[in-house]
Amino acid sequence: MKIKRRMIEEKAGFGLLRAAAFLIIGVILFLLFDIFSKGSGVLSWEFVSQKPAKGMTAGGIWPAIVGTFWVSLITVLFAVPVGMAAAVYLNEYARQGRLVRIVRLAIRNLSGVPSIVYGLFGFGFFVLSMNLGLSVLSAGLTLGLLTLPWTITASEEALKTVPRSYREGALALGATPWQTIRTNVLPYAVPGMLTGAILGLARAAGETAPILFTGVAFFWPMLPAFPKVLFSQFMALPYHLFIMSTQHHEIAKVRPLAYGTAAVLIALIVLMNFIAVFIRYRFRKKFKRV
Amino acid sequence: MRKRENMDNILLTTRDFSFYYGPVQALKAVTLDIEKFRITALIGPSGCGKSTFLRSLNRMNDIIPGARVEGKVMLEGMDIYGKDVDVVDLRRRVSMVFQKSNPFPKSIFDNVAYGLRIQGEKNRSVLIQRVEESLKDAALWDEVKDRLDQSAMDLSGGQQQRLCIARALAVRPEILLMDEPASALDPIATQKVEELLFQLKKDYTIVIVTHNMQQAARVSDDTAFFYMGELVEFGQTQQVFTDPKLKRTEDYITGRFG
Repeated sequence: MKIKRRMIEEKAGFGLLRAAAFLIIGVILFLLFDIFSKGSGVLSWEFVSQKPAKGMTAGGIWPAIVGTFWVSLITVLFAVPVGMAAAVYLNEYARQGRLVRIVRLAIRNLSGVPSIVYGLFGFGFFVLSMNLGLSVLSAGLTLGLLTLPWTITASEEALKTVPRSYREGALALGATPWQTIRTNVLPYAVPGMLTGAILGLARAAGETAPILFTGVAFFWPMLPAFPKVLFSQFMALPYHLFIMSTQHHEIAKVRPLAYGTAAVLIALIVLMNFIAVFIRYRFRKKFKRV
Repeated sequence: MRKRENMDNILLTTRDFSFYYGPVQALKAVTLDIEKFRITALIGPSGCGKSTFLRSLNRMNDIIPGARVEGKVMLEGMDIYGKDVDVVDLRRRVSMVFQKSNPFPKSIFDNVAYGLRIQGEKNRSVLIQRVEESLKDAALWDEVKDRLDQSAMDLSGGQQQRLCIARALAVRPEILLMDEPASALDPIATQKVEELLFQLKKDYTIVIVTHNMQQAARVSDDTAFFYMGELVEFGQTQQVFTDPKLKRTEDYITGRFG
């Protein structure tokens, strides 16, 4: 009798633990199923390659995809070099003292700042003070700031995986600290850094609040060519989804379009995550041999 | 301190050299002379300061936060801790091989050429020649000459350590510092490294840290015994091992403590 009770307790306990772990899979499966089943009706080549038509009740989302692309590009070009540089400084050069602790504290706090606050800051700083206007540039830089804490942290983690012996070995052969970092640390850390950058970007690409005040437009079907595009307003997938589901004058009618937009956005982000996982996997394999 | 008959042969000297890790004193006023073209072994129990001493000779300890030195280390009359000293230049003259072999995840060729390349040497034929010479000097050439472009990570442990020695030799240092270079190797690989040391002695001055008493007795010309941060006894290896002046040295080398 006693044994039976113990077994039941055991099973119930592990059952709960297992349920907690599987809950997360359930959530993502439900989410994907819901979005793709409701959006699949509109998903087609035309949907992703054409402009919205008839007051956005028909047509596709091509301008929003292009807009998201340009903004993401600016985000990457800003956040990756700055994040890498900051990480190299913090991890390789800086004397680990009070100043570095303060910088790290600032980074941690920045990652907790609500994205709408980044949007306000971007509006005040990039749009107004720096006079960049409502533009791809302002929005991209704002999202760049948002991803910076992730980029820095991921880059530092990547630098920490490079064995100390690589650094010592190079220094003992008469390499300068910068030569050591350039030839014997960065090459082995860059894949890890890129992984972090892509994950940060995947987050940024789905953000609405930061671009709300800095450049995204309700309807902006024609983006000018480079370089004019940098100073143009634009459409973006997350914002397009937002207006299609809350701001449109015929919400019920465009609901499938909203789901279709969500599906495309999620597909893009999942793709980015896969690329990040792939890079990390290859990186790990390379290091296993060390 | 042993009296030197001929001061011209002395390459490196330390005078009352002390080293601190923050508040902890790891070396206490060490004074010793290292002669050219000889092998000097540093022995002593773990934590006695011998590795710290070795790493002080080319300022590898500079990287450690809170490290501080007192006294002098003179390389041919130049105070290596002096203000005007270029650490990079110093490390080219005083190179180091580590306890755990640390080949870079590059090809064998690129490993050996590393030191030259960072000095700006781009001439391919110069690099090829120096890589071959260095690998021959490190007694590794015959084993790797047909696969110089393969990853150094695929070599055996003993080969990797000899590669690291070749890499250090390629920058043509005057002094080679070795921190237990054979402690992670099997007896055959160890023997190869020891034979190599005899060869290298003709052209280089070698300072080696070792935990292995037999090894110190076999390979070195001079032996320095460290204990608790102090240099206890220093003299010709034969004298230190057969007729130590101090009881503590005798106890250590005969295995009564440590």
